Amino acid sequence: MNGPRVALFPTCLTDTAFPETAKAMVRLLERLGCDVEFPLDQTCCGQMHFNTGYADHARPMARAFADVFDGYDHIVAPSGSCAGMVREIHPNLCDSSSAALRTYELSEFLVDVLGVVDVGAHFPHRVTYHPTCHSLRMLGVGDKPLRLLRAVSGLELIPLPQAEQCCGFGGTFALKNAETSTAMLADKMRCVQDTGAQVVTAGDNSCLMQIGGGLSRLRAGVRPVHLAEILASTQEEPWVATP
Amino acid sequence: MGRNPVTWLGSPAFPDAARRALDDTQLRGNLRKATTTIRGKRESVVSELDDWEELRRAGESIKDDVLTNLDTYLERLEAAVTERGGVVHWARDADEANRIVLDLARQEGADGVVKVKSMATAEIGLNEALADGGVDAIETDLAEVIVQLGNDRPSHILVPAIHRNRAEIKEIFAQMPEPPDSDDPRALAEAARKYLRRKFLSSKVAISGANFGVAETGSIVVVESEGNGRMCLTLPETLITVMGIEKVLPRWQDLEVFLQLLPRSSTAERMNPYTSIWSGVTPGDGPQKFHLVLLDNGRTSTLADEVGRQALRCIRCSACLNVCPVYERTGGQAYGSVYPGPIGAILAPQLAGDLHDEQAASLPYASSLCGACYEVCPVRINIPEVLTHLRAEVVEAKGKRTPEAMAMSAAAWVFGDRRRYEAAQRAGSLTRFLARDGTLSSLPWPGSKWTDTRDAPVVPKESFRSWWRRNRG
Repeated sequence: MNGPRVALFPTCLTDTAFPETAKAMVRLLERLGCDVEFPLDQTCCGQMHFNTGYADHARPMARAFADVFDGYDHIVAPSGSCAGMVREIHPNLCDSSSAALRTYELSEFLVDVLGVVDVGAHFPHRVTYHPTCHSLRMLGVGDKPLRLLRAVSGLELIPLPQAEQCCGFGGTFALKNAETSTAMLADKMRCVQDTGAQVVTAGDNSCLMQIGGGLSRLRAGVRPVHLAEILASTQEEPWVATP
Repeated sequence: MGRNPVTWLGSPAFPDAARRALDDTQLRGNLRKATTTIRGKRESVVSELDDWEELRRAGESIKDDVLTNLDTYLERLEAAVTERGGVVHWARDADEANRIVLDLARQEGADGVVKVKSMATAEIGLNEALADGGVDAIETDLAEVIVQLGNDRPSHILVPAIHRNRAEIKEIFAQMPEPPDSDDPRALAEAARKYLRRKFLSSKVAISGANFGVAETGSIVVVESEGNGRMCLTLPETLITVMGIEKVLPRWQDLEVFLQLLPRSSTAERMNPYTSIWSGVTPGDGPQKFHLVLLDNGRTSTLADEVGRQALRCIRCSACLNVCPVYERTGGQAYGSVYPGPIGAILAPQLAGDLHDEQAASLPYASSLCGACYEVCPVRINIPEVLTHLRAEVVEAKGKRTPEAMAMSAAAWVFGDRRRYEAAQRAGSLTRFLARDGTLSSLPWPGSKWTDTRDAPVVPKESFRSWWRRNRG
């Protein structure tokens, strides 16, 4: 293939706990003509360490990231917060930051780099979208995810009330301040349920893990599905729920 | 030097204080209503200005210039105030500032003083210090009256009684000589008016803070909504102003920027109803004695921190509180400081200057790092950046032997090598055997902190990388 050479940076969380999201990215990006590679030496961007106060541990991880992804045209992550960590924080942690500047969150890569909004997806479900904080405020993805979703055939997009409020995840915040995190989650879940959507989507599996974990505990019947999985879904190869 | 009263002695660490606050249904309702309303209003008055971002940048750069040349501007302010008949005092810390004010009040023979709402005097615990010295300090801002008469603590920078509703206020006001006969806002305000009018007319000394102090002209600026501040600033014979040293502005012209930024960010108004400005003493008009107490109380040491010093740009507007999802749920008292919310989480621990203190050390963690605060800050304080910076200082203060530090070291070791990471993935996927019917709802501590309220993802047998190796490798 002669398409753009894209290195997948699925993030350690998605690699480990949500592999379907990363597989969906492979399908989607290849469908759009990209030459997708997965550098196996990647591990973690160091966000958890940095955000919890362990910048000294995050520094070698940032350096390793720069080495692993050196030489790729584009690095794409299904996560606003990990892409934000790489692009906004890595340059302060280590000098070799050129990989950092070529790192994109998925919706940015699709809209800004590939220049597509209609990715040919089909997803016949009622969907509401939670714009995760780091996508919104750190990367400034704006309405790119919404534009991508609006172009999906069969998809009914229902606006999420108070969408821009944090879901309460916040990395180790969810454990260190578990009660406050849960209170924030409770309000987010109420907003999600008020939409009547069957699916809540976002550009970040960490936030979806929080929202989905809460909804699952309530047996609310609303399923968290990552944006990549919706965009990868087609008439021929539709999204199927994993157990 | 005593303990810095910027954080309240005996307050529990944030997670514990928050837990209690979250159970308060009334508080939750009050806060949601108040913050939602003010958020909407702020957004609409800010969107009226097409140069808002330029104004923010101007505010940021003026304040940065102030912080870089603080010594020069403070001496200029001192000279200008002195030239216009004021007396300038320098206070290293809370104790010194309190002693100066108490001595001045005693010199005037006052056993009571009226006060303009002021964060600086709240920060140093001035009212308590005056009370210990036999001087009765009467708050005159309506919300501060509610806090003071309720023997309570403030929960918001701008609206310190935001946690109280009108039924509670009526009860608190019952101790007034002429108590309100209903909880109608008009009746409550009328009762407060009668109570305060007497104090205004009988007090010889007033105490205020300062929103700005202009070095060029020696002018002190106080902005407010009620006019009660104006009463204090004009009626008494003696005025004592306690001003944090970072409140100085170089030029008169700089007010143009801040008088646009502050009201829109704080009360969501185009302009606040009362802006009082005075320069030293004007014979025959207003207080004939003016004292300016310039307060350090941890500011110079905060200034020494290259990342943390941006907190000193703060103009106390409280926009960050109103948009903070944590503050909205816990309220201000959970922060254990006169400075609550996102700005409090970075300012209070720095002013207190002791990250070995468990309560102060818990404050930088009282945030999900959502960044809403940075987005609205009129002087562009990158609060998330300072939060993570202070977290690193907390970690350093606590040392390497805490369970968390050891877990983080272990995790870093795992992430340091692909093979160790893959082995950990395989081990992690074993948690799938704890799942029942595809749901993982109970994990041992510390995972229980998650599963107490949320199901955990069931880690599948095959990671993405294993799949990739099998299909693409």
